[in-house]
Amino acid sequence: MDFDDTPEEAAFRAEARDWIQANAPTHLEAELKRAGFASSGIESEDPMAASKAWQKKKAEAGWACLNWPKEYGGGARTPIERVIWGQEEGIYGSLSSPFIIGHGMCGPTVMAWASEDHKRRLLPPLASGEEIWCQLFSEPAGGSDLAGLRTSAVKADDGSGDWIINGQKIWTSGAQHSQWGLLITRTNPDAPKHKGLTMFFLSMSSPGVEVRPIKQANGQSGFNEVYFTDVRIPDDQRLGAVGQGWEVSLTTLMNERLSIGSGMSTGFPELFDFCLQAEVDGRPAVDDASVRSRLAQFAVKQSGLKYTGMRAITALSKGETPGPENSIGKLVAGATMQELAMFALDIQGQSGAIQDESSPMNARFQQMLLRSPATRIEGGSDEILRNIIGERVLGLPGDIRVDKDVAFRDIPTSGRK
Amino acid sequence: MNLDFSDDQKQLQDQIRRFLSEKCTPAVVRSGLEGGEPFARDLYRGLAEMGVLGVAIPEAYGGVGLSHLELCLAAEELGRALAPVPVASSIYLAAEFLLQAGSEAQKKAWLPRLASGESIGTFAFVEGQGRMTPDKVAAAVRDGRLSGAKSPVPDGDIADLAIVAARSGAGRGEQAISLFLVDLNGPGVTRETLASIDPTRSQARLAFEGAPAERLGGEGEGWAIASQVMDRAAILMAFEQVGGADRALSMARDYALDRMAFGRQIGSFQAIKHMLADMYVSATLARSNCYYGAWALASGSSELPVAAATARVSATQAFQHCAKNNIQVHGGMGFTWAFDCHLFYRRSNALALALGSLSTWEDLLITRLQGANTQAA
Repeated sequence: MDFDDTPEEAAFRAEARDWIQANAPTHLEAELKRAGFASSGIESEDPMAASKAWQKKKAEAGWACLNWPKEYGGGARTPIERVIWGQEEGIYGSLSSPFIIGHGMCGPTVMAWASEDHKRRLLPPLASGEEIWCQLFSEPAGGSDLAGLRTSAVKADDGSGDWIINGQKIWTSGAQHSQWGLLITRTNPDAPKHKGLTMFFLSMSSPGVEVRPIKQANGQSGFNEVYFTDVRIPDDQRLGAVGQGWEVSLTTLMNERLSIGSGMSTGFPELFDFCLQAEVDGRPAVDDASVRSRLAQFAVKQSGLKYTGMRAITALSKGETPGPENSIGKLVAGATMQELAMFALDIQGQSGAIQDESSPMNARFQQMLLRSPATRIEGGSDEILRNIIGERVLGLPGDIRVDKDVAFRDIPTSGRK
Repeated sequence: MNLDFSDDQKQLQDQIRRFLSEKCTPAVVRSGLEGGEPFARDLYRGLAEMGVLGVAIPEAYGGVGLSHLELCLAAEELGRALAPVPVASSIYLAAEFLLQAGSEAQKKAWLPRLASGESIGTFAFVEGQGRMTPDKVAAAVRDGRLSGAKSPVPDGDIADLAIVAARSGAGRGEQAISLFLVDLNGPGVTRETLASIDPTRSQARLAFEGAPAERLGGEGEGWAIASQVMDRAAILMAFEQVGGADRALSMARDYALDRMAFGRQIGSFQAIKHMLADMYVSATLARSNCYYGAWALASGSSELPVAAATARVSATQAFQHCAKNNIQVHGGMGFTWAFDCHLFYRRSNALALALGSLSTWEDLLITRLQGANTQAA
């Protein structure tokens, strides 16, 4: 039991560290450290340009998408080397956030299901950040119940073999920046709902695609609605067979939970610093017994997540695949962050409500508080994650489904009971 | 990085688990609860013969000479099996005190007997209610004779040896406290078994009137040594708690698969499923924190005090959480004497208090994080 690198890992770490020291955009370090929950922190230049520049540099030197094969723009490294790279890249890793969905979810799906020609055309510019991808899955009627989606794909009647798409997607991160989208559609409303789905990829500049930003509850706009009006997609942009879309989507969703769940912050280090500094009744908040008790609760959650992550890394380094037990990362981090932010405001009494430039720490906790409800919903809500743990880890039976083996068009919906 | 136990260590754990599932049956666990012996003598002898008691004691002192990592895994299995044996008192505490602070003669005299199970040791620390502080120690040693009372003392009714924290010399505060070895079968010792929430681990009041006492460790160093040893014991205890949590969770899961209501397995209801998922989450976080503790214990890291408090707080909560919800999943049957759920509920709440309460360990954790923070700055 140790936290040491093997000689091979140490050599890789040294190589990565040297390259990062020589090449990272160090002029952005201070700004990146100020990053909030909704912004990259970069103000001195265009944040997207900064992200693309760093990604391109990494790709040219073989440090992008480390676990992908080289012919698709990756680094052909082991999963554990990817983890080490992440540790060494540190704060500069946040520059890659516009590419997370493409690299973590769309890319692996394309790799598993697209033709060789498409893989060679699409994956290298995705790895290098020249092209951005978004994931067009959730709909107003299909969130947790993703397979309830209604966006339709119908064969064109002109003999071209093309598909005509109509419908609406929602909660699409980064759609406004994306060149490509991974799109799941309903091709057969007469089949049971999981069986009538088909997956495509499409150019986001296709005629009939309209992206509208959503103003979120926290005032930011990270997500979008995407509307499709008679959008045409060639049949060779289909991933998997017609009707196999659900199976294809599982490739994406498995990767989603892995990439979202790993290494999430709960905000504990910030809260601890705050409690050392903030004064309550003339003494540091940390001296108060009730504050200490709550801090300890948050500390053991943060620590438990950290060492659960390290156990997953240990499994990776032994060649094992991290399983559904890693669903606990986001489940714990999301709820903890929300409680922690509430507590940080509570310590300040009535002043906690005030948005005051003179208290950057409080501004951060307020951002955390306002953003955390989304963390508990996106990428698998708390409830879905508990179902996954219950069913896939503990082996409990699935819920009894009233929509099973019923034609999709006959399933009751909110507007049609 | 390797935050896991080795294959050899896991194999040993399997052996201990198999041994306990055969010998530590529910009837054995219940014996103390239903008026039988205060602890399972045959089981304790068996654990000694298997080398479990002496696993982390050097061969020179009659042990097996493996490491504390093996002892962590043994503790997990003892917790899983709810073993009604005084391993925590005798091994995590008494043997550890001797290893950390004993003279060569003291180690030679006692460690082989603790490792073989021939003698049982314990730590006599607490006097009365609330968190122990140096000021609360009234027991005192003068001219090698101990007077005063300790209560509660875990396994005090069955122990042969006590390490007693007592006042001696001229120091003040923590420096007033030293540790003493007292032969509980010798003169000047009266014992009284106390009724407790978990009779499968007995507790006693020990009264001393001029009992011969031999100092362990330096004069005035008692508080510091005790704090060090209690940290080490806290990690081992946390493994017991994680073992117990794991078993309570698997009992609840099995019942949720087996029990039908409203025409379906109750585990298919999200109210039950999500409760079980939350139990899994707290047991997993606690296990990961325990692995951190095991690493600190085995490597002698300076992070040990933080790791111990982290593992302890996390494991205390996980065991309490899993044990109480195990009853909830079982419904009314879980509240019967016949079902074993209450054994886990009792043990989880007793272990939560052993070595100091949850709030005490929460406070220690924050104190230590503050210290680590100052050092880093």
